[in-house]
Amino acid sequence: MNKQSPGLLLRTGRLLGGEPLLTAGLTLLVLITLFALVGPLVINVEMAQIGAAVPRQRPGAEYLLGTDVQGRDILAALVLATPQTLKIGFFAGVMGLGLGTILGLLAGYFRGWTDTVIRTLADVVMTIPGIAVLVLVATNVRSMTVALMAVIVAGLAWMYPTRTIRAQTLSMRERPYVDIARLNGVGGVELVFTEIFPNLLPYIAASFVTAVSSAMLATIGLEALGLGPQNELTLGMMIFWAQYYGAILRNLWWWWVPPVAMMALIFIGLLMTSTGMDRLVNRRLRVEA
Amino acid sequence: MNDERGGEGFAAGPPQGEMRPLGGQRSTRSDERGGHILDVRDLHVEFPTALGPALAVDGVSFTLDKGMRLGLVGESGSGKSTTVLALMQLIKAPGRISGGQAILAGDDLLAMSAQQMRSVRFSRIALVPQGAMNSLNPVLTVRAQIDDLLDAHGQKPEPKERARHVAGLLQRVGLPENVADQYPHQLSGGMKQRVCIAIAIALSPQVIIADEPTSALDVIVQKQVMQTLIHAQREVGAAIILVGHDMGLMAQFAHVVGVMYAGRLVEIAPVQEIFANPRHPYTRMLISSLPSFATRKVFRGIPGVAPSIVNPPSGCAFHPRCPRAEQRCSREIPVDDVLAPGHHVRCHFARELPPVNAAGEALA
Amino acid sequence: MTLLVAFLAITINFLIPRAMPGDPIEQQLSQLSASSGGNIGDIQAMVQSYRERFGLDKPLWRQYLNYLYDVARGDFGFSLVNYPERVSDVILAGLPWTLALLGTATLISFSVGTILGGVLAWPDSSRWVQILGVPVILLSAVPYFILGIVLMFVFALTYPLLPVAGGYSFGFMPAWNWATVGQMALHAVLPALSIILASIGTWAIAMRGMVISVRGEDYIMLAEAKGLSARRVFFAYGLRNALLPQLTHLALTLSHIVSGAILVEVIFAYPGIGYRLYQAIHAKDYFVIQGIVLLLSVSIAFTMLVLDLVYPLIDPRIKSARQS
Repeated sequence: MNKQSPGLLLRTGRLLGGEPLLTAGLTLLVLITLFALVGPLVINVEMAQIGAAVPRQRPGAEYLLGTDVQGRDILAALVLATPQTLKIGFFAGVMGLGLGTILGLLAGYFRGWTDTVIRTLADVVMTIPGIAVLVLVATNVRSMTVALMAVIVAGLAWMYPTRTIRAQTLSMRERPYVDIARLNGVGGVELVFTEIFPNLLPYIAASFVTAVSSAMLATIGLEALGLGPQNELTLGMMIFWAQYYGAILRNLWWWWVPPVAMMALIFIGLLMTSTGMDRLVNRRLRVEA
Repeated sequence: MNDERGGEGFAAGPPQGEMRPLGGQRSTRSDERGGHILDVRDLHVEFPTALGPALAVDGVSFTLDKGMRLGLVGESGSGKSTTVLALMQLIKAPGRISGGQAILAGDDLLAMSAQQMRSVRFSRIALVPQGAMNSLNPVLTVRAQIDDLLDAHGQKPEPKERARHVAGLLQRVGLPENVADQYPHQLSGGMKQRVCIAIAIALSPQVIIADEPTSALDVIVQKQVMQTLIHAQREVGAAIILVGHDMGLMAQFAHVVGVMYAGRLVEIAPVQEIFANPRHPYTRMLISSLPSFATRKVFRGIPGVAPSIVNPPSGCAFHPRCPRAEQRCSREIPVDDVLAPGHHVRCHFARELPPVNAAGEALA
Repeated sequence: MTLLVAFLAITINFLIPRAMPGDPIEQQLSQLSASSGGNIGDIQAMVQSYRERFGLDKPLWRQYLNYLYDVARGDFGFSLVNYPERVSDVILAGLPWTLALLGTATLISFSVGTILGGVLAWPDSSRWVQILGVPVILLSAVPYFILGIVLMFVFALTYPLLPVAGGYSFGFMPAWNWATVGQMALHAVLPALSIILASIGTWAIAMRGMVISVRGEDYIMLAEAKGLSARRVFFAYGLRNALLPQLTHLALTLSHIVSGAILVEVIFAYPGIGYRLYQAIHAKDYFVIQGIVLLLSVSIAFTMLVLDLVYPLIDPRIKSARQS
């Protein structure tokens, strides 16, 4: 049966309509992404350079969000930093999810030794407080970039997807349609990809959001400690520089509030989306059962 | 034929010295009206749905006497469980009791406040639930689950007396005393069901509702549980409403059998009467579908599917599946027709149907 | 299982710093000499002697065995930066602070969050609770230390009600007296609050989901049919049955909580293990980092083991399954 039915858009629309939390979350994230994409076109990012503007200005007509001690226009900095942070989160999420899905599928389908090894590995890594290991790795890197950051942070994002996908694969491999495919002579890996994988898509989508969340959390953790990219501005680094230069103590609130607020919005959006997706996936389950 | 009603013989009604099932003598309890311990009048329960209200129970009336065992039979969705749950006000929103009365020894159960209901539950009317497997709290011992019932009703606070009462209850349902300190998962299905019976009789209620108490059990355990139930009933002198879909079981255990269809009570009669002289086509088909050793025949089910209660068939709800149906059946809802004392039917042709043999097949 | 995890954690812990490029000793000494103007030749000799001293000149497998031996004896080596301070001293100095903060905060947020989640899932619960639930849940999305920054700004700077940082006031000498306890408590308020407020929501959401599924069970129906009070049904029949998966959830998210707590300590310069880890990282104090990370991993694994032992107490089915 052709999965791409003509009313895909309509079905998606109806699906979202039934789940307001998901819609709200996605809307928030889409708005933030738009800000990140459109912002640099509208606002002059040159103003985010050090010394581009008059330092320590309160928010006003000329500098909408004020400036920091180094003469950066905060609004411009925000516009520059948001896409960088989103990039890290997104790519780390994709990498973490990719790794997690593959490991989860392998563990769930082949079971036995493969499963034991993968599961133990995931458990061990989950036991070690991620931030500690990340910090360890990050301190030894000569110069941190956004790309490198994404790779490092992906290291923390793969465990939960692995567990989820593994659990789902385990239950799915017992389903009748898998048995039929097996009887028809479909082999191991091909079976995994043609029969099991498509049914995992909702879980993968939900896990993606979780992976991005974990990645973002790890990112901002590292950055707040000053271990983020030194030359490229991200939201976490903005917070770090603000703290480093004592913005909090010196009452330069406009310096740290915008990045904090933006980060909070991103996290809230991710939470709403992932909770909404969880509910959606569970509802579908209840209908199927 | 072996009869589970204490060996009085097939022709007897309720046990000696107790009330005749319907329309009989005055009760010895001064607080019962008209001799009935429970009088359900015109009960209506509806569930609002997107397509309009679903009439789960549509004008059901019956009476129950002390010591009597009433069996309510019907297909899934016929409203039998809903009827009895309504008596304890256990219908969950958005469902609601939309009309009728249920008078238990002088008090209308349906008119009680939540507070009053809470004190009445299990002290005057108790429930043996369907699926005892899941009805017991997995993290509490049997004793704890009987204790909290006693506590909720302020009964037997003194520890020694309490322990004795619990031991007594278990004994009455045929369980060893050590069961009290075990957890539900350590007990077999039949034992769990008996614990539920013990809980139901703990406060010596006047009415016990048993909602398909044996559905999940195998035949041998079924019989044991039913015997336990009857024994327990006699110990506290309660009346039982037994809900089920097994006519054979009803034949063995009930004094009076009521048949429900699409939320309505289509026939009710003392058990011998209903098997010897069923007057509603549905009842006949139910009985004839029972296998028996006496006659060998082809198995017959009842063709068609259970009706929707949101959009029930017009007139008599059974008419689409009834072999005797005529034009009139789709226009007029049959009214309550009293064929004999205690035998009520709702069918336009009840009086005209030919008599049946032991297998429920029509003669002539 | 726990032993395996602990063992693997130890091994990974051993390998990661050594897998990184760069030699910390050489770096340290180069830095020192650069700031005091020594000459190159001496540096190499010093590096070599330090290497010998710390056993870094031996082949990897020997270092590994030595490491295992030392760890078993509780010897984590010396702090490279504050030599001759031992790593175990550094850890012991910071441990009580972290335990007090993390322990209390987790206990409070777990209890309050779990009950809140249960109440949110129960029908006929007060509207106020439902309304209160929303901001609490939203807060859970935010990482602990961001909330910490906000709280610091509001309660320590704008309205100086609580101390800004540290474990006790500047110039105060800690001792075994009530004044010290008072200082410690006061300085722990904001960090604890950051953790509590930001994590209550996660417990609440998880518990709510669990309780919703428990609500549909038959034993709840019978409990209500028995005429039990709403409170009894909620606690003994509802909450208790949903508690077990909630505890499992706790075990799984432990490392996440600890990570968050570390960052909170950094923001508030709260002298716990997290803060000392931060200091060690920036000073590239090799052995301290290793020691603390090892301690963290092992203690998380250990806590999971303890929780594992608690399960049978809560769910008799598990007790039976284990006995058989």
